[in-house]
Amino acid sequence: MAKREQWGTRTGFVLAAVGSAIGLGNIWRFPYMAYDNGGGAFLIPYFFALLTAGIPIIILEFGIGHKYKGSAPLTFFKIFRKWEWLGWWQVFVSFVISIYYVVVISWALNYALLALNLGWGDSPGSFFFADFLQLSDGPMELGGIVWPIFLAALVLWFMVWLVLFSGVKRGIEVANKIFMPLLFFLLLIMLARAVTLEGAAEGISFLFQPDFSAIWDYSVWTAAYGQIFFTLSICFAIMITYSSYLPEDADINNNAMITAFINCGFSMLAGIMVFGVLGYMAFQQGVALDEVVAAGVGLAFVTIPEAINLLPAAKFFGFLFFLCLVFAGMSSMISISEAVCSGLMDKFDWPRKGTASVLCLVGFVLSLIFMTNGGLFVLDIVDHFINNFGIVLAGLVQVVLLSWFFKLDSVRQHTNAQSDFAIGKWWNFCLKVITPIVLGYMAIANLIGDIRVNYEGYDSSALLVFGWIVVVAVLLLGFAMQSLKSNWTTDQT
Amino acid sequence: MTSGAIFMMIFGLAITWGGATVCIYKAFKARNL
Repeated sequence: MAKREQWGTRTGFVLAAVGSAIGLGNIWRFPYMAYDNGGGAFLIPYFFALLTAGIPIIILEFGIGHKYKGSAPLTFFKIFRKWEWLGWWQVFVSFVISIYYVVVISWALNYALLALNLGWGDSPGSFFFADFLQLSDGPMELGGIVWPIFLAALVLWFMVWLVLFSGVKRGIEVANKIFMPLLFFLLLIMLARAVTLEGAAEGISFLFQPDFSAIWDYSVWTAAYGQIFFTLSICFAIMITYSSYLPEDADINNNAMITAFINCGFSMLAGIMVFGVLGYMAFQQGVALDEVVAAGVGLAFVTIPEAINLLPAAKFFGFLFFLCLVFAGMSSMISISEAVCSGLMDKFDWPRKGTASVLCLVGFVLSLIFMTNGGLFVLDIVDHFINNFGIVLAGLVQVVLLSWFFKLDSVRQHTNAQSDFAIGKWWNFCLKVITPIVLGYMAIANLIGDIRVNYEGYDSSALLVFGWIVVVAVLLLGFAMQSLKSNWTTDQT
Repeated sequence: MTSGAIFMMIFGLAITWGGATVCIYKAFKARNL
């Protein structure tokens, strides 16, 4: 078997892991989650969740990926051959995410170009839905392809292909050594602009003003754990894959901490930037701040363009903001795609170049559905279901199996033996007790919620086709892949 | 900005970037990054 690829430097690995973790959600989800769950007080459950779930799981994934030197399916196979399906489940979850995540990035790429002449006009809301997305009436009315989105997605899939084709050291590492410093540089420029705007202080105060009564609300703790869970790129094969490319004597524990802290630090800065701009917007429009606060797609493609229209040097800052989204998204997209590519290469002994080419071609074709007039609806449904029943459930199974049916201490001994510092038995407790309870609660709450009430009021047929069938399919595909033969043995190194 | 908001913002930045700085410092001390 060919020698496994390796990262060129420790910095390269950390930048790639940070790049994987930092994504669109750091910019458009964290600030709103904090604002909506106690403001500054949210940071208490948020950091508690980071220490008791986020960091322990990253260390676990870094540890097993490094120890067993495989993509997620191969790693789980080596741990116990009948667990291979879990790795494939995570790989297919990643694949589903990749085919719609790239389309969101393509919106951002289009908007970066639109920003050059404020092409969204005076009514960014109607522009986004009616003119840009050309939205149909529902998910079962796909309509036709929206060509600007198609072209941007084509460019982005080409970039993903180029990076994966070039390999770990010359592709992924180089890409992240470019994207990550640029992303931070752009963020700092926008941060400097945002905090000096009139009204920004009020906006930032609005975000961080603590409401400590929120700490007694269990839903705030659920929100904090959910935010940590989704922000760190854990439990869908990525961190296992990335750490499998580390050299033998690589640090594990400290790299995991650095990744987690930088990811959350980026969220903090992004929150200050976003709420600074929202504060300015509220001041300019003479409205209350809570009238302008938004999250997600609405924040990025409606509210922020409205704010950009009011800024001095609007075109410049508009371009920078959407370029930030592109960089943040692409570094994550690369990691998601690599998790899939690596799994296939390991299983079938396929060469990287061919695997990357086929994967990106198939991915591009399947992405087409999200580039249609009904694409946003389909994306919304797929995203909701794959996150809440793909990542959360696969993560729960992973943590329970590895904590209760595997020698967890063997991973801790492995990571402690070569890390800058050792972790204690608190790590075992977090993985055996805290994380399964939290993930189990999230999984059950999600299930009950979505069975009782149709998500966002979508038609049951749409939820069945794009939601429930997708989550069941990725699980069944996991078992199907396990049944396919490979050259793997449990003695394989 | 209110003093509570300032305190929580600094708290958040200190935990995240302070934590990252300490960890990166340990990495440099232990071996080359």
